[in-house]
Amino acid sequence: MSMNPFELTDRVVAYAGKVVLGKERQIRLALACLLAQGHLLIEDQPGVGKTTLAHVLARALGLAFHRIQFTSDLLPADILGVSVYDRESASFKFHPGPIFAQLVLADEINRATPKTQSALLEAMEERQVTAEGETRPLPSPFFVIATQNPVQQIGTFPLPESQLDRFLMCVELGYPDRQAERALLQGEDRRGMIEELAPCLSAEELKALQEAARRVNVADALLDYLQALIGHTRQSPRLQAGLSPRAGLALLHSAQAWALMEGRALVLPEDVQAILPAVAGHRLRPAARYGDLPRAEMVAELLQVPIP
Amino acid sequence: MRPGRAPWSADEFLLLALGLAVAPHLFHLRPWVVPLVAVAGLWRWAVLRRRATAPGRLLLMAATVAVTVGVLLSHGTLFGRDAGVSLLTLLTGLKLLEARGRRDVLLLVFLGYFLVMTQFLFAQSVFLALFLVLAVLALTAALVGAHHPGGERCLAVHLRLAGKMLLQSLPLMVVLFVLFPRLPGPLWHMPADARSGMTGLSDEMSPGSISRLSQSDEVAFRVEFDGPRPKASALYWRGPVLWFFDGRRWKAGFGPRSDTLRYAALGPRTRYFVTLEPSNKPWLFALDLPAQAPPRARISSDFQVLAAAPVLSRLRYAMSSYLDYRTEALTALERRWGLGLPTGANPRAVALGRAWRQESGDPEAVVRRALRYFRDENFVYTLSPPLLPGPNPVDDFLFGSRRGFCEHYAGSFVVLMRAAGIPARVVTGYQGGEFNAFGGYLTVRQSDAHAWAEVWLEGRGWVRVDPTAAVSPSRVESGIAAALPAPDPIPGLLRRDSPWLQNLRLGWDFLNGGWNLWVLSYNQERQLQLLAGLGFGIVSWRELGLGLVAAVSALLGGFALFMLRPRRGGREDAPLRSYRRFCRKLARVGLERGEAEGPRDFAVRVAAQRPDLAVAAGEITALYIAARYGAGTEGGLRELRRRVAAFRP
Repeated sequence: MSMNPFELTDRVVAYAGKVVLGKERQIRLALACLLAQGHLLIEDQPGVGKTTLAHVLARALGLAFHRIQFTSDLLPADILGVSVYDRESASFKFHPGPIFAQLVLADEINRATPKTQSALLEAMEERQVTAEGETRPLPSPFFVIATQNPVQQIGTFPLPESQLDRFLMCVELGYPDRQAERALLQGEDRRGMIEELAPCLSAEELKALQEAARRVNVADALLDYLQALIGHTRQSPRLQAGLSPRAGLALLHSAQAWALMEGRALVLPEDVQAILPAVAGHRLRPAARYGDLPRAEMVAELLQVPIP
Repeated sequence: MRPGRAPWSADEFLLLALGLAVAPHLFHLRPWVVPLVAVAGLWRWAVLRRRATAPGRLLLMAATVAVTVGVLLSHGTLFGRDAGVSLLTLLTGLKLLEARGRRDVLLLVFLGYFLVMTQFLFAQSVFLALFLVLAVLALTAALVGAHHPGGERCLAVHLRLAGKMLLQSLPLMVVLFVLFPRLPGPLWHMPADARSGMTGLSDEMSPGSISRLSQSDEVAFRVEFDGPRPKASALYWRGPVLWFFDGRRWKAGFGPRSDTLRYAALGPRTRYFVTLEPSNKPWLFALDLPAQAPPRARISSDFQVLAAAPVLSRLRYAMSSYLDYRTEALTALERRWGLGLPTGANPRAVALGRAWRQESGDPEAVVRRALRYFRDENFVYTLSPPLLPGPNPVDDFLFGSRRGFCEHYAGSFVVLMRAAGIPARVVTGYQGGEFNAFGGYLTVRQSDAHAWAEVWLEGRGWVRVDPTAAVSPSRVESGIAAALPAPDPIPGLLRRDSPWLQNLRLGWDFLNGGWNLWVLSYNQERQLQLLAGLGFGIVSWRELGLGLVAAVSALLGGFALFMLRPRRGGREDAPLRSYRRFCRKLARVGLERGEAEGPRDFAVRVAAQRPDLAVAAGEITALYIAARYGAGTEGGLRELRRRVAAFRP
């Protein structure tokens, strides 16, 4: 790698920051998610820049990008692809769907029916597509960035917990702050800006960064902390179910990627705390008698777990 | 048995360890014993290296019989110290040749430990003790090696483990040594042959006996003064008093026991402690004149301090003396003894004495005349006087050779005095001594042995007269080395021309003296003294035994707790311990780390609130992070400890 990982990731963050204003933390989380080879869920109101963020990341990383707009009448074949009879060759020919891309933006994923959602999620997990009895591998790298409207909105099918678990991170964008909003209002069209940008990370560099993230040192002391966190979620009376082992791995890999982006070769409890809201937030459910305990509060409780 | 592929296998190391345990016996046992064991060791080594085969059963049996007979022939017995240790050493060597399995190796190691103990039956010096610590370390390492069959682990690991084990046993050893109940006498009797070869003054003196003694650099006794040290010319350490002369030899007679000492003190009492080396003689040396006898000793009427039994082990006693004194009237027995001369012997000397007496009736004038005679008539003080084999050695000395050592001068002076009708006797002992500034004590060696005379004068009692001082005043003022003429052969150590060598010797003597006092002669008395010093008044041996059990239990319990302590506080969490200490220091100045606050976050907060601590806290945090969350190094951990210790918020 020509530059150290710290500089490379900073370059990507700065690059995306030019388009998505005032959201550096979310950009960093999104990038950490990609470096940890996980899929990202962006959850927020329409119009706060979810699609722009996904788009700019795809552009920055130089990845082949497809966007799928989920609607209630979207069918699995619309995502995976379909075989069409070709008259010249007198045979069925498979036409790959939009999922065959390195970065797939699944916009408003909770507007599609569960059947369609599960087709996407299966592809995310297996990194391959089985259609009409034939298994076809998806390109590498393969990322899905899905956006989701708040569940309360009309005409949505909330993702079941098991499927939320497939997303490594869930990031909320939130409204831009005053200053960023002003710049946004004054500035040029965001989409147009993206078209003008050139990729700033090669495919090899991305691959090297992902490998470097897996090599970041994890000491026993840090695993103690991780286990303390997971153990807490399983015992706390305010939470319905604890974090799964998959969630534990998600925490670990995300923290490694975050440490790498911080320019460190070892994971600190602070790294875990930094990615904890994004990684654990969408996986936690409040216990029945606590009703709709906000996600932020459950995460805050976790952040109080002592570091051993 | 493994072939010698590795440079040092565990079995070969055992050979080395046994070699160390046996080696000092080279100086104590018959000269053929240790070389024979060495041969057995070399054979064993060749077997281990596959260069020879082990001897057969028949050969071993024959060798066993042979060495037993050999010991029997050279000692006349198989028992006693020398014969017993010889046999043990030899049989250990033979055992080497038939050792096969692990059981034999263990047996050899324990035999080695026993051989180490036998060394102390012969000598107990510091140097030997240090050497034997080395041997014990090697044996323990061999024992560790025997418990790791195959010997894959390297010797350095075995040695380190053995060293660690010995260090761990150190507190137990100290407790046992200090508290084990001591009996007033020795626990066991040393066999009689252990006492051969002691040097010292005897109850006889003939020309040459003291000059022979003067060649020895051995320590006779050490003295600590309780108060100012008397000047060198007053340091006459009184030993055997010799009354009887047969023309050649002087012999001691023990004056009748007297319960009250018949003398008047004219000056203050000088108090001191004497640590006497074993001499196998009853004399306890004291300055002229002893004021009171130590326990289990008496003072004879001629002021010899006599122990109830010969001194066989190092003895420390408190003494006090009057340096200025006047003795009382002469008894009839003393007068008879003090004037006795063998008839017909040394006629010229007797004639000279009588002539002096006729010249002047005053005994004091006769004494002065005799001293002037020694001073003016070209007498020479020498360590190597000519032999005087004739029937009248005093005549030959006074009128012939005129070269002599203190015994010649003292002896002939007394003969002259007795001929002149003045009661006189020879006193032997030591004169002077070397002051050791390291330890603040005086060392008196065999080379300080001396003989002088006492004459009885009306109105003054017994008066010390040192004719040697008339010939060579520096003998009394500065010691023997200064007094001897340059070409005289003096043992190397006696020469005083090299200051650093002398310092080295004094330092060594101090070390040895401390070892003697606190280790070798740590007896019941010293034990009670020490315990009293620690605040435990008078203790019975039962209390001592209970104390011993309690202390050992406490020690072992402490060890057990230490070993069973929760493992979390183990090696990996050493950085955490240091970091917690760092946090406690910060908490004292109001900077408390949150339970869930990571180290980096905390360092940032500390830096924000106390910019003056930013650098130190940042460095400590970086070291802690590297040690606990990274692949920490031992050096980093040490540095962390050091920094935390030096951290002053």
